[in-house]
Formats: sequence, C-alpha cells, structure tokens
Amino acid sequence: MSQLTELYQEVILDHYRNPRNAKPIEKETHSAEGHNPLCGDDVEVHLLIEDGVVADVSVRGVGCAISTASSSLMSEAIRGKSLDEVEQMFERFHAMVTSPIDAPAPIDGLGKLEVLAGVRNYPVRIKCATLPWHALKSAIAGSSEPVTTEAGE
Amino acid sequence: MTSVRDAVSFDVERIRRDFPILGKGIAYLDNAATTQKPQRVIDRITRFYREQNGNVHRGVHDLSVMATREYEGARQRIAKDINAKSEREIVFVRGTTEAINLVAQSFVRPKLKQGSRVLITAMEHHSNIVPWQAICGETGAKLDVAPIDDNGDVVLEAFDRLVRKGPVIASFASVSNALGTVNPIKEMIEMCKSNGVPTLIDGAQSVPHTRVDVRDIDCDFFAFSSHKAFGPTGIGALYGREELLNAMQPYQYGGDMILYVSFEHTEYAPSPARFEAGTPHIAGAIGMAEAIDYVREIGDFRLHENRLIDSAVQRLHEIDGVRLVGMPKRRMGVVSFLLDGVHPHDVGTILNESGVAIRAGHHCAQPLMHRFDIPGTCRASFAFYNNEAEVDALIAGVRKAKEVFSQ
Repeated sequence: MSQLTELYQEVILDHYRNPRNAKPIEKETHSAEGHNPLCGDDVEVHLLIEDGVVADVSVRGVGCAISTASSSLMSEAIRGKSLDEVEQMFERFHAMVTSPIDAPAPIDGLGKLEVLAGVRNYPVRIKCATLPWHALKSAIAGSSEPVTTEAGE
Repeated sequence: MTSVRDAVSFDVERIRRDFPILGKGIAYLDNAATTQKPQRVIDRITRFYREQNGNVHRGVHDLSVMATREYEGARQRIAKDINAKSEREIVFVRGTTEAINLVAQSFVRPKLKQGSRVLITAMEHHSNIVPWQAICGETGAKLDVAPIDDNGDVVLEAFDRLVRKGPVIASFASVSNALGTVNPIKEMIEMCKSNGVPTLIDGAQSVPHTRVDVRDIDCDFFAFSSHKAFGPTGIGALYGREELLNAMQPYQYGGDMILYVSFEHTEYAPSPARFEAGTPHIAGAIGMAEAIDYVREIGDFRLHENRLIDSAVQRLHEIDGVRLVGMPKRRMGVVSFLLDGVHPHDVGTILNESGVAIRAGHHCAQPLMHRFDIPGTCRASFAFYNNEAEVDALIAGVRKAKEVFSQ
C-alpha cells in the first residue's frame, strides 16, 4: 500500500462521505468547538455524559476527509465508554498519529481508529486528525473556550 | 520598451535555468504565496554581505559609505521602476502587510472619529481587512465593503456609491490573491479622486506580473512585497506621495528617523527616514532592486504567462467535477478551483504527492470564501518561469485526486 492509498483508504473515504453520529442529539451535558485557523476546519462535539459514561454523542463539522473521518470514527469509538477509557483512548490516538515513521505505529487498543495511522507520513495533516479529539477533551473538561489546533500540541 | 519580437521569443526553458530551485522535480505553482529567486539575486545578497556590509547613514568609514550608497541606490532603482517622482516617495518596509499597517496607523487613524468611514472590497486579503477593522474599532469608524459579483469582479456601481460616502481612505487590491481578478484600478482610483478620497493600492499580486506606473494610475499610496516578485523575504516598499508622507506621523520611533533629539523634544526627519526607524533590511533592499533589474531584462513575458493561465483554466475546466471559483473579466497569475466531493486540503496533499505545489485553503481571505459559501479553494498560481509541462503535472494530479476519491 502506498502512503497515499494508506492515507485515503476505503474506511476513511466511507466515513468522510457518510459521517456517523453527525445529527444533533436531543439531550446533552457537555459540548465544545474546535477550530483549525490554518485551514479553516471547524468541528463541534456534543456529549451526553451519564454516570461517567458517554451515553450519546454528536460530532459535526466542516473539513477535509481526514478531519471528517476522524470525527466520525471518534464518535463511534467513544460511545458507551467511560471517561477514563476515553481519556486513555485520546492518549493512545495522539501517540499513534504522532509516532515516528521509522517504526510500526502503536495501534494497541485503538481498534478501528488505527486506519488513521497513515497521517504520520503527512506532518501537516496530523492536526486534521487530532482536531476532533482536542474538541472532545475540551468538552469533557467543561471549558467554554473554543480550542484551536494552534494552542500548543 | 519591449518589442513584439521579445514577446514571441521569450524562452522559458532558458529562464528556468536562472532559478536553481526549479527543475528538481517540483512543479512550483504557489507563486502567489512566494516566488522563487534567480541565482543573480542570491549572488547579489551574498556579495553585499561578503564585500559591502556596513550600517547605513551613520559611519564615516568606507563600508558604511558603500552600504549607504547601495541601499539608497536600491531606493532610486525602485522609484524609477514604478515612476515615482522622487526616491523620497519610497519607504522600505517588511512587506505589503507592514506598508498597509503604516498607512493605517500614520495616515488614516489620526483622521478617524465616530462616524468616519474606510472603504475596502470584498476580495481583500486579511492584511487589507484587519488593520482597518482594528482602527475602525478603536475610533468608532465604519468599515465599508464594496461587494463583488459571482464572477469575482467588484460591482463598480456599488463601489462608486460607497466612495461618495466620503471614506477617509479607499484601500483595495490591484489583483486578487485568491481569485486572480484584475481590478480596473485606474477607473476605481478616478472615482475616488473625483470625490476627494485618498487611495491605497495593494499591489502584492500585480507587481510580479506587470509593471506599475504610480503616476499613471494616480494613486496616493501603493504597497508591494519583494518576495512575491523574485526578491528576498522581509522587504517591500510603500510608495506614497511625498507631501502626504511628510505630513504623516511616524510609524515607529528610534534611531535614523530623527533630525534632532533632546529629552524634551524630537524633530522627525522627512520621508523616507521618518518611517525607517532602526537599522533597515539593507541586504533585502539591495536584493529587491536586483530582482527588479533581472525581471526588466528578461523580456516581455506577458504573452507566455497569459497562454499558460488560459491553458490551465481551459484544461481544469475540461475535467468533469472541477469547478472554477471566480471567472473574472481579466485574470492575472491565479486559478482557483474546487474538485467535487474532495476538500481542497486533500487535493493539495495528493498534488504534493504528485510533485505539484499548490496552495489549498482560504488564502487569508476568509470573508471572500464566505461570500462564495465555500471553506476554501485549491489555488494554482503562476510566474513567468512556469511551463506547460507544469500545467500537465497539475492536470494529472487533479485527475489522480479524483481517482483516489472515486474508489
């Protein structure tokens, strides 16, 4: 598989064309926006957290294939997970997409999210994949400030 | 003057050899962001540092005298190139952005009060929006925006109506960095003049393609960057009418911009020193003038550039699923487009894999993108050193992007 076909593999294109959990949810307890000022990508994360578990989720945005697919895959991955599990998933996902390209990507415990490992080869696109995750983290932390990909990384 | 023979005989393959970065596998179509540098400009900057480096305007020693002569010589060269009345009308700045900020802070801001107006157009780069927005916000003035039509041309009747409201300044691009629209600046300046409205022209995207005559267009200020015109980064020029410049407040304060300083009072030097506090980018100014000399010597490339752009427009248009953004009456340098169902950033990444460098995104013109209700575009932008093989590479890359996304 070439780097390009690894980046734009079928699963990613499918989630780009048909993003999951993109409809508004009726009840929510947490939300946040994410913004990438360099490319103009926007994402909104809405969560219903009950008893420390992500009971419902909606992720919507305007962006490239990578950020849209990452949002969609994230929404599937976190549904029904405890906040501890979500936190761990954030760390693992971040570690995968920022890992050095001369070794296999650490994909343990990431399930379907591993399809995004290909962004490692495209440093300028890593932020596309991490944008929804930063918005998620911000929503859970209850911060009202929109996150941007330019505020540290 | 260049002859018809020059236009026909412009030899792009010979010209390409002047640019060491070209011909190494990258089709460079991001010239609206920055242009590549000919060896001659690189050598000139090196020679300054190797043989002529000293600070300007202060030393009695030979190196300082030489540096001053070269730096002021560069100013004269630029004044002559744009047909300014005098080199005192040329202020060296970091680039177009700083030139606009200088006019905003020193010429416009002191005149603004509640109810004053500033006029721009809907196609401006952020650098010709935000400085005005900031000073309008601080003073209670209003920022008027002349609309553009669906082709990406300014609606001149609307522009004229806003001019008649008497803005403190009208500031607009000669060529749009995002759409390639060539504005009818002479006509627009005339509208402003007949209503006593001063004008600032953002020339960043026209200077790389065509020579400006500031006395012919009759603007009050003209701003441009060297790095978009084959010279070094970090240097540009602001042209301003001398009487306006000398009536303006300084922009920054420090050494080299004064006549006399005591702890109670300072008398400022006239233009251009008034606006050049501190040690300037001496090597940059010299490199900028060298780039102008180079461009004026290679012959008339307008026909070559126009053919290339026409070809790119035509061939992109032929690809099913490609939509051109902006079909202005006159176009210079830039082709903006979208590929159906593929975000510009994904097109940009796939083109990069195919060895084609374009810009993807909002091009620092977010309000313009909102106008067309799109998040951004793919922008291919050309310079005289581009060739048809690079258009081929662009077209192949766009087809490749289409293929990747059609699986």
